[in-house]
Amino acid sequence: MSRKTLTFALMDAPYESANLTTAFRILDAAARRGHDINVFAYEGAAALAFTRQSPHPNPVHGKNLAEENHPTTKDQVAALLAEATKNGGKVDWVNCGMCVDERGVGEFVPGTRRGSPADFQAFLDASDNTLVIPTK
Amino acid sequence: MAKKSLNIIESAYRAVMEEQDDTILWLLAAMQGAGGVHTVVLRGNAVNYAIAGQGAPGLTVGEWKQTQAPRMDRDVVDLIENRKIPVYVVEEDLAERGIASNELVSGVKPISRRALPELFVEYDIVSHW
Repeated sequence: MSRKTLTFALMDAPYESANLTTAFRILDAAARRGHDINVFAYEGAAALAFTRQSPHPNPVHGKNLAEENHPTTKDQVAALLAEATKNGGKVDWVNCGMCVDERGVGEFVPGTRRGSPADFQAFLDASDNTLVIPTK
Repeated sequence: MAKKSLNIIESAYRAVMEEQDDTILWLLAAMQGAGGVHTVVLRGNAVNYAIAGQGAPGLTVGEWKQTQAPRMDRDVVDLIENRKIPVYVVEEDLAERGIASNELVSGVKPISRRALPELFVEYDIVSHW
């Protein structure tokens, strides 16, 4: 299978929607196949790579920090970048700058970057295919 | 004395993978622990929470793996048995989805749509999530 360039637009904020779980399952599959991946993280999704996310214990579950092992999307983003690199692909993860500023989430996972709608337009123009996963 | 609160839950599986639970069931369990008096009605797609034996595989992204994926049936049982929160399921919503009563976790109480108003009057607060 030839290497493709795939663009994804994400909009949901972390911890609020199943859309992101679906997105990460698709992104993981693409990274494992060595495709080049572009992500435009728009609106709430601009917080996915925010490095100050913290896992927490869960007293309702009766679990301490280690037992709960709560997922953070920043770890998923970092794992995605690593997986793509391992398989010969790359990820260009762009966090919408104005969305970031509105939310105060300007500390990104290394390897992701600040950008704008112009980056998304460039992604659209240069990609083999684009999948928008909008918020509802 | 805490007000009696009836919570109708319709939104289902919205963020359960990321939170490893349903945020409203979690909230009610925590509030019950803080002295609240809550009851749950599962309606719409949320009736699926009461199906025994369900579960999704944890998310995997490269080398990162989720180890504590949610089990909604387990959480419903926890509400009933450990939190002492009654859980009703709307019969018509089960039927529309082809879910038989013998597929449900023990302890949930089927209720018809027509019986809901009589349930509502027993509570000080009715919330629709």
